[in-house]
Amino acid sequence: MYSKKILERFQKPKFAGEIKKADVVGEVGNVKCGDIMRIYLKIKDGKVKDIKFKTYGCVAAIASTDYLCEIVKGKTLDGALKVTSKDVVKKMGKVPAIKLHCSVLAQDALKKAIEKYRKKK
Amino acid sequence: MLDPDVVEAMNKYNLKAYGNASSTHHLGQEAKMAVNEARHVIAKSIGAKDEEIIFTSGGTESNNFALMELFFANPDKKHIITTKIEHDCILKTCKLLEKLGAKVTYLDVDEEGFISPQSLEKAITKDTLLVSVIHGNNEIGVIQNLEELGKICRKHKVYFHADACQSYTKTELNVKKQNLDLVTLNAHKIHGPKGVGALFIKKGTRINAFIQGGGQERGLRSGTENVPGIVGFAKAVKLAMKTDNKKISGLRDYFIEEALKIPNVILNGPKGAGTKGIEDSHGFGNKASKQSKISGTTKGGDKRLCNNVNLSFRYIEGESIGAALDAKGICTSTGSACSSHMLEPSHVLMALENNAERAHGSLRITLSRFTTKEELDFTLQELKKAVKKLRKISPLTKLLRKV
Repeated sequence: MYSKKILERFQKPKFAGEIKKADVVGEVGNVKCGDIMRIYLKIKDGKVKDIKFKTYGCVAAIASTDYLCEIVKGKTLDGALKVTSKDVVKKMGKVPAIKLHCSVLAQDALKKAIEKYRKKK
Repeated sequence: MLDPDVVEAMNKYNLKAYGNASSTHHLGQEAKMAVNEARHVIAKSIGAKDEEIIFTSGGTESNNFALMELFFANPDKKHIITTKIEHDCILKTCKLLEKLGAKVTYLDVDEEGFISPQSLEKAITKDTLLVSVIHGNNEIGVIQNLEELGKICRKHKVYFHADACQSYTKTELNVKKQNLDLVTLNAHKIHGPKGVGALFIKKGTRINAFIQGGGQERGLRSGTENVPGIVGFAKAVKLAMKTDNKKISGLRDYFIEEALKIPNVILNGPKGAGTKGIEDSHGFGNKASKQSKISGTTKGGDKRLCNNVNLSFRYIEGESIGAALDAKGICTSTGSACSSHMLEPSHVLMALENNAERAHGSLRITLSRFTTKEELDFTLQELKKAVKKLRKISPLTKLLRKV
């Protein structure tokens, strides 16, 4: 069902965990639908200095959040907001059609975090 | 896996006696005899007569056959009673029949998965044609008391069908004692070949043919007989009847006991007499918390299929646990929405308790007569690792601990 690439990333995510003193945290999803994504951001000079995540969900949910973190790290906030789920899917390789919605959720969590950060400022 | 003895029995009819059982030449007659012998083995195993066994392509076909053709052959009655924990091939057939004018009652189950005989009796009306119940549930392993339910069906003169795909040879199945009119059986759950099953139809049952054609299977199910499949099925039944189910349930209980040592895990389905379903007070809501107060051992009991374990892990998803185990060569299933084609959590687990986290977090481990303690120990070890790892990256772990 899943590609080798997705499974490997699921087994060994690079950005799983939390940032203790994060500048902002964004979370979307709920238990009922079976997916919750939380993104932790450390922001410096308008750029994503560090990013970590916690995900409750399936293999695709965990792998896509991790890939999103990889793409976004080092980008400006505007640049990060421009990243779409298509960019994530491109990096993941073949994603089962039924799992595409998972990679949208990670985006939503990031967007929420950045918006929250900008409101705080 | 297919039992090697089954493969051997089938090979004869794949490689040598490859006749069409309807042909009059000697190879055809040899095939026909093999089919009849197989029919006898299966009939005997459930206390039926040979002519009451109709071979089909498997459990799904048998279930479709039973419901649809009984309904079409008996237009004077429109009411069917079934349960909320049936296999999709029953539920979807019921939905189809509803469109064609049937009224269907879906009985609730209790928190262990049992249907109550009282609620069945209450649901029966003058218009009731059939009661269809899954004998051993494929997800949570609950074994329904067919004898008790069968008595009620006989009293009210309604047809009684059991889907025995999972329970066949694992627990008692006797069409006379349990007053069954129709029974669905299949081969691949007992190390037999895929694509072959049977439907027991009691003599005198008013039912139509399911497949029209050359008149095989007493005209009820036409189509050239799957001779190697049927022979393999009967061989698998013979071997399964000799299996020590107590040994399997012993291993099952060992696994359950060890798995429940992991914090925040519950056992779904029957808990057995004097068993507790939960390791600690971190239940999945009210019903689960109540169970935690019951003290005793942590065994599956004799009302659970000897090969079934179904656990729910808090804070994480079953599909992810399954994928982590799969990477280690261990095959499991889950009732999580993520694994299904419809993105809906298991209807069986949701029928036990309306708790999505419990359904999403479920993992089913199925044993067989080939399962060893070493395999279970390895599974337990990898299961513990996977759960720990996934909980570490779950946003729920910390959140819910605060509550």
